[in-house]
Amino acid sequence: MSVSLEHYLILSALLFCIGLYGALSRRNTIVILMSIEIMLNAVNVALVAFSRYIVPLVLTGQVFALFVMVVAAAEVAVGLAIIIALYRSRETVDVEQADLMKG
Amino acid sequence: MTVLDIVFWLLAVISIGAALAVVFLQNIFRAALFLVLCFFAVAGLFITLQADFLAVAQVLIYVGAISILIILAIMLTREMWRGNPGGRFQLPAFIIALGLFGVMVWAVINTSWQISAELPLVPTTAAIGSRLFGEGGLLLPLEIAAVLLLAAILGAIVLVREK
Amino acid sequence: MLTDYGYVGLFLIIAILFAVSMPLLPLTLSLLGLVPKKPNPIKTSTYECGVETIGKTWVQFNFRYYFYALLFVVFDILIVFLFPWATKLKQLGAGAFVAVLAFLLILMVGYIYAWMKRVLEWK
Repeated sequence: MSVSLEHYLILSALLFCIGLYGALSRRNTIVILMSIEIMLNAVNVALVAFSRYIVPLVLTGQVFALFVMVVAAAEVAVGLAIIIALYRSRETVDVEQADLMKG
Repeated sequence: MTVLDIVFWLLAVISIGAALAVVFLQNIFRAALFLVLCFFAVAGLFITLQADFLAVAQVLIYVGAISILIILAIMLTREMWRGNPGGRFQLPAFIIALGLFGVMVWAVINTSWQISAELPLVPTTAAIGSRLFGEGGLLLPLEIAAVLLLAAILGAIVLVREK
Repeated sequence: MLTDYGYVGLFLIIAILFAVSMPLLPLTLSLLGLVPKKPNPIKTSTYECGVETIGKTWVQFNFRYYFYALLFVVFDILIVFLFPWATKLKQLGAGAFVAVLAFLLILMVGYIYAWMKRVLEWK
């Protein structure tokens, strides 16, 4: 069986769900951030696969994936700034100990 | 089975294995290195999809820049000893992820995709250039992306700078 | 087109084979008994450029490195957008040039802010 659009989409879905599980279940903030990066990568795979198989001459999916990369970089920059600020004030990167809002 | 199929399955196994390692490894520095491997495998997948410029951009941005920031975060916070413990929501998270995966696979299989028979455009760099900047281009999204990046720089500097 | 990447794949396979064979070579030689194995405390000690190591490897780094990484990431993204524009510089014309200039100027504001707030200085 030759590789088709469905293969790429299911691979993308699997990567996305691994990232989702990591983002929801882990306690270390850095691992959560890495899981979110995996999810964004999975989305990029799906976008490029759509671009390749459905509109191969328009390239809209690839340009979209480029913008997703920009958003990912901005997100990771601010995310790490938050991690550093959190570590400085609470001496931890554990999300279950960062409960200042709980009162 | 063509060479392209073999490469696809190889890259799929590498990317999923690396993603699982990122989530489950206890040593977070090794997890970050597996994240780099996952990014490389995704760049390879882009090549199999004939998106050459995007593959290079993936290596440049994700492997070159984002992984540097993540490794820097591990070095700046001295939290290596804490490892990668699971939280309280492991079972609900697993159920949600599995449910979402089921829904997505069901949707992918039950949709009749209108596959185009045309051969893809290669090389894509100049084509992406005219798609972004040419007639009916995406100039406004580009400027919005610049403003987003500016906000990210300012926010990050304000958060990290010592008072 | 796609076959060009075959050479990259070939290079990767050769690199992996090289990386695997280099540790395997001394191991097989020592298993065959061709290499003598006489460890002593000085020989097996950890050292860094000839100096003995003190303390743990995982020290906290100065957070100032973060600003350099941040600006590097931003200009990395800038390059990714400039490159497709540069390949079709003449056909795209003045409108695209103005757009790229605006893109650059917006990001320059962030750079100037970092400069003004003296985060790039190493005190």
